[in-house]
Amino acid sequence: MKKLIQNLTETFSPSGYETAIRAVIRKEIKPFANAIRVDALGNLIARKGSKSKSGLKIMLAGHMDEIGLMATHIDENGFIRFTGLGGIRPAALTGGRVRFMDGTPGVINSDRLTDLTKTPTLEQCFIDVGASSQKDCPVKVGDVCAFERPFLDLGNRMIAKSMDDRIGCAVMIEALRTLKTSPHELYFVFTTQEEVGLRGATTSAFGVDPDLGLSVDVTATGDTPKGSKMEVSLGKGPAVKVKDGGMLADPRIVNWMIRTAEKAKIPYQREVLEGGTTDARAIQMARAGVPAGCLSVPTRYVHSPSEMVDTRDVQNSVKLLVALLSAPVDL
Amino acid sequence: MPTIGNAQLKLLEKLCNACAVSGDEGEVRKIVLAELKGHAEAVRVDALGNVLVTRTGTGKKRLKVMLSAHMDEVGFMLVADDGEGLFRFETVGGMDVRQLPGKAVLIGKDHLPGVIGARPIHLTTAEERKQKIPLDALRIDIGPGDTQVKLGDRATFATRFQRSGPALIAKALDDRLGVVTLLELVRNTPANIDLLAAFTVQEEIGARGARVAAYAFNPDLAVVLDATPAHDLPGWDGEENTSYNTKLGLGPAVYVADTDTFSDPRLVRHFTETARAAGIPCQFRQPGAGGTDAGAIHKARAGIPSISISVPHRYSHTAASIARLEDWKNSLALLHASLKRLTPELLASDRA
Repeated sequence: MKKLIQNLTETFSPSGYETAIRAVIRKEIKPFANAIRVDALGNLIARKGSKSKSGLKIMLAGHMDEIGLMATHIDENGFIRFTGLGGIRPAALTGGRVRFMDGTPGVINSDRLTDLTKTPTLEQCFIDVGASSQKDCPVKVGDVCAFERPFLDLGNRMIAKSMDDRIGCAVMIEALRTLKTSPHELYFVFTTQEEVGLRGATTSAFGVDPDLGLSVDVTATGDTPKGSKMEVSLGKGPAVKVKDGGMLADPRIVNWMIRTAEKAKIPYQREVLEGGTTDARAIQMARAGVPAGCLSVPTRYVHSPSEMVDTRDVQNSVKLLVALLSAPVDL
Repeated sequence: MPTIGNAQLKLLEKLCNACAVSGDEGEVRKIVLAELKGHAEAVRVDALGNVLVTRTGTGKKRLKVMLSAHMDEVGFMLVADDGEGLFRFETVGGMDVRQLPGKAVLIGKDHLPGVIGARPIHLTTAEERKQKIPLDALRIDIGPGDTQVKLGDRATFATRFQRSGPALIAKALDDRLGVVTLLELVRNTPANIDLLAAFTVQEEIGARGARVAAYAFNPDLAVVLDATPAHDLPGWDGEENTSYNTKLGLGPAVYVADTDTFSDPRLVRHFTETARAAGIPCQFRQPGAGGTDAGAIHKARAGIPSISISVPHRYSHTAASIARLEDWKNSLALLHASLKRLTPELLASDRA
């Protein structure tokens, strides 16, 4: 599974430009899905099985996109000014490297700061791709790039860019592969544009029209020095979301997830995330409303170019997802 | 071929001088409905006040194309009567309060005159003049005795449309330019598409009209016709201006991304390739803050490939903005040429 995670996290696909990652995931899931389609916003929608008497139509959502940058101006000396795609943290930019969709690499730096105690703003930052004039700069206004950072395997821990949410995609792909039988009609939806406002999940949830929805995404942790007060740690199992900044998980879904984890003896943690939200919010609000929840993979340093997960949490997330999907659901 | 001539300029003048603050678009809607007479098979007004127009083409395999332009403009709403003809007000839509003092306004359906007053220079100190006057301290003053003005009435800038050489000067060029452009495209629809035209309401307060219009139309794709700011003046210190949004005179602004929408890349290519092939100038609007009706449309139902094309204009959302006639003409030309080349093949492959 680590090979898969490396493959997914080393692919460059910022929000709105998910073509590359879609091709990678499509190849991985093709042998295991009954039907695959791509909708108007670029969501990859794979169906497995059909609804039996005791089954439901279940939508799973993991987002393919990652945060990135988009060029807004190439100046006369070939430096690129940019805007953020998704929640960019300026503190994580300076000295970082990026790669544009055509492969062009670049490094981020900033205007000279008069006050070194301050973080540069996005407007003060630029990308240098080694060009010396506007004319010889290979990047045009509107071109996008993502952070360049290789995957690192630390054994029980893994570090990569875009663990948010390629780790969710990996969990879904692995569950799709492992799942033997299910009474449900399952839609594995690899969504687009989550980082800019759950846009892909909004349209795919309308299109799929599920009876139940579950997103598979990362969540923050409270286990780092002077970190936020949060009861989620790496290594203590997948997190069952109770609430985040945009959604109250359906209590019936929370109970179902906890019951299933306890029955299968899979460690889990209850999650209350104060900021941020996931595709589950969009699913919950689709059409006339859908019971929804979220299986979260605890992740440190979310939205930095080096996001860390625990290998055992990832494996247990797959186990929990497979257990959830294998049996009838009685909400 | 659709054109911008004297008739269209006259119509733009009439529309810019009309008052249609978000939620109260009746005056512009009336003009739009009158202009549509005899030019479309089906014209209706929906529950939110959008004007929805259908024109069926004659070609084989036609795409259902939604075009939208918003009828509303930014303005004010009177919220408290302080007596003696003084009214407290709120802004409607994105407005910079620093721009308001000293502006003449028109109130309500009858365009009753008023002014947003401020203490004159004789009576202010140098220190006071450095401060911004907060909205709470501003009043619309209509003079005592007028009983026709009621709380809840909308008001907007009293600016009258003018031309100055190649420049168009008016309030509400955002988006009356789009409204006239859309009327021209309804009158001159290429036969290869089914046109679903929406003259929308409440764009300035969150693309509310467009949301329901897109749901009702359920089109194959959507093109939003709007106006976008140009901040293209040179820096006072000779520094390169790197955040101009758009520049006047470079033609229609094609959107790649704004706060609310990533344009469908297939449509971005279609419009820029059309511009190149037809020799029509166009520019990319700098990706960044801002939003149009596309923000609501592209997320309607199971998703709708969308793009926005805007006429650049300076001093947007103020009492007087300036656009160039040539940019407007080129916008209409680019839209018409691009619609004419639309075939279902454009959307046959996955979004990429």
